[in-house]
Amino acid sequence: MKITLKLFALLGRYLPKDATGNEAVLDLAEGTTAGEALHHVGVPGDLAHLVLVNGVYLAPSERSGKVLTEGDALAAWPPVAGG
Amino acid sequence: MGWHGKILRVDLSKGTCKAEDLNQEWARNYLGQRGLATKYLCEETDPKVDPLSPDNKLIFATGPLTGSMASTGGRYSVITKGPLTNCIACSNSGGYWGAELKFAGWDMVILEGKSKKPVYLFISDDEATLMPADDLWGKSVWETEPTIKARLQDPQIRVTSIGRAGENGVLYAGIINDLHRAAGRSGVGAVMGSKNLKAIAVRGTKGDKPHDPKAFMEATVAGKKVLAENAVTGQGLPTYGTQVLMNVINEIGAMPTRNWREVQFDGAAAISGEAMHEPRKSDGKANLVTNQACFGCTIACGRISKIDEEHFTVKTKPEYWHASGGVEYEAAWALGSDTGIDDLEALTYANYLCNEDGFDPISFGATVAAAMELYEMGAITDKDTGGIELKFGSVEALTTLTELTAKGEGFGKEIGLGSKRLCEKYGHPDLSMTVKGQEFPAYDARGIQGMGLTYATSNRGACHLRSYTVASEVMGIPEKTDPLVTDGKAGLVMAFQDATAVVDSSGLCVFVTFAWSMEDIAPQIQAACEGDWSVENLLLTGERIWNLERKYNLSAGMTAKDDTLPKRLLKEAAKTGPAKGKVNDLGKMLPEYYELRGWTTEGVPTNETLDRLAL
Repeated sequence: MKITLKLFALLGRYLPKDATGNEAVLDLAEGTTAGEALHHVGVPGDLAHLVLVNGVYLAPSERSGKVLTEGDALAAWPPVAGG
Repeated sequence: MGWHGKILRVDLSKGTCKAEDLNQEWARNYLGQRGLATKYLCEETDPKVDPLSPDNKLIFATGPLTGSMASTGGRYSVITKGPLTNCIACSNSGGYWGAELKFAGWDMVILEGKSKKPVYLFISDDEATLMPADDLWGKSVWETEPTIKARLQDPQIRVTSIGRAGENGVLYAGIINDLHRAAGRSGVGAVMGSKNLKAIAVRGTKGDKPHDPKAFMEATVAGKKVLAENAVTGQGLPTYGTQVLMNVINEIGAMPTRNWREVQFDGAAAISGEAMHEPRKSDGKANLVTNQACFGCTIACGRISKIDEEHFTVKTKPEYWHASGGVEYEAAWALGSDTGIDDLEALTYANYLCNEDGFDPISFGATVAAAMELYEMGAITDKDTGGIELKFGSVEALTTLTELTAKGEGFGKEIGLGSKRLCEKYGHPDLSMTVKGQEFPAYDARGIQGMGLTYATSNRGACHLRSYTVASEVMGIPEKTDPLVTDGKAGLVMAFQDATAVVDSSGLCVFVTFAWSMEDIAPQIQAACEGDWSVENLLLTGERIWNLERKYNLSAGMTAKDDTLPKRLLKEAAKTGPAKGKVNDLGKMLPEYYELRGWTTEGVPTNETLDRLAL
């Protein structure tokens, strides 16, 4: 199963070496959850403040239960804000 | 003391400067800065006044924490009736000018009338003098500020001034201090220009003394600790600035693109905060040079950039090769995504010009975007533009129009009137992405429902800084709400509006609220000022300020019909992203908002509400 991983701001350091910009394609086992995918590339759970799957917010309590599917876009940020 | 208790009244028609006692009763009811100056404006002017006439007044106001040791305590606001919206205008700026005014011993400056000839005001502690500025008229902010400092032989003088945009009546002209900090929105610079006032230069040596120094020291130290330990204010904002939002907002499908036709921009990554850090292919250097703080700020979110010297916009213009204010998220969005342009260097150049000649990059970029849509549909032709091919994505069109608007030449004159007037003139008023005549900021209200209500009810026209529900709906501050639902948003918007009115009246920057609650702010104000500044009283003060602004706008002729959104947001569904198929459901939120506010169904505060708020 291939998904697109997007890591932004200070989480960019956890992107795989073959990343383009802030994106990389991950080949993961079927049934992998969002939480497991982030763990797979070494993102510490407490740094992944804002996590989106296909642009939709995923609460911390939902990450271990959210099973990813082929073509999903998983994006994460540390605590950020602007205005 | 918080307040010095002294205001400067300048009659530009008579050429006089007089000191007056601050109305302390009003200070106790309206705190300072935005709230207190609004009270003065309401008491002293007719809300129906022509904004660009001598009868309008222009007020520069500090808050009780401006110039103090409180983190971010360097803000000032400019309050007047705005020419872009015909509503109350209140624009807030950082930098160092506000603190300097406070150090000189003044809480605010009220300017009235109109000078026969161009002048600038020089304040040196208690002394205030109007000085001739004939030779400064026609100069940019970047020429004016160093010229005044050199002329007065004091590099420590702080200057706030207008550029050519303010002189030329650009209806969204701003007032710029410290070269690139802006009281940017609603056209306060056009009002300044209409009064033939070029600049206010200030030198202050008196400092600031809080009411209870020991308690103030303790409260501000505690506040700074909270900011430092918070991941947003301690790490995120200093490193990436507001521009970190570019990818966030694009990802959630709320990035207004090509005059709000779309909600996601395929060029977002190229103009994002992350991109500003990346070495350029051309010269190996990053666009971002460093971050920068305003007076007293321990967050330091400001962006200082340097344009690639080989970029076509500046290749033959070495005067733009220096480091200066880089794009913030709002500027990057309006100049970039909204016009379909993904050239970060070009956006930085356009942003430089907005600072150099003092005009709001949000309203400017959004007006260019509206013009591009009108051009592509044939409503505007090459004959109108003077031959500029105004297509979405055209870097040349953007940069040429920036130069023309700054100088008040050619089609730039029409761009300088804003998108509402432009779209009306060319027969498509629905394509103006504005509320009450002011252009939207960078959050699509189809993807962030609360922002639709924020825009529709903002007292200064479309604005994110009156109620930043993005904090809750996207970032989860103080708690996460769903951006795609309307339930609970009326109360959320109202709470943000009232709390923001407090912060804007205190001298603090609204960015502290990413880490501070009102419980962190209240002890600092309480220690700085005499009186009761409990959380409860502060929030009541915020609600009072909001309702006072509303009363002013209603008296100016605004009605509930103005609390709306463009048809595009109410009828045209988002085409992609999580909000695909959605419009903004303003109709569900607005009646509940009126009810929570204690207003009639026509959006008028009831007598009971006015009595409760001592209005």
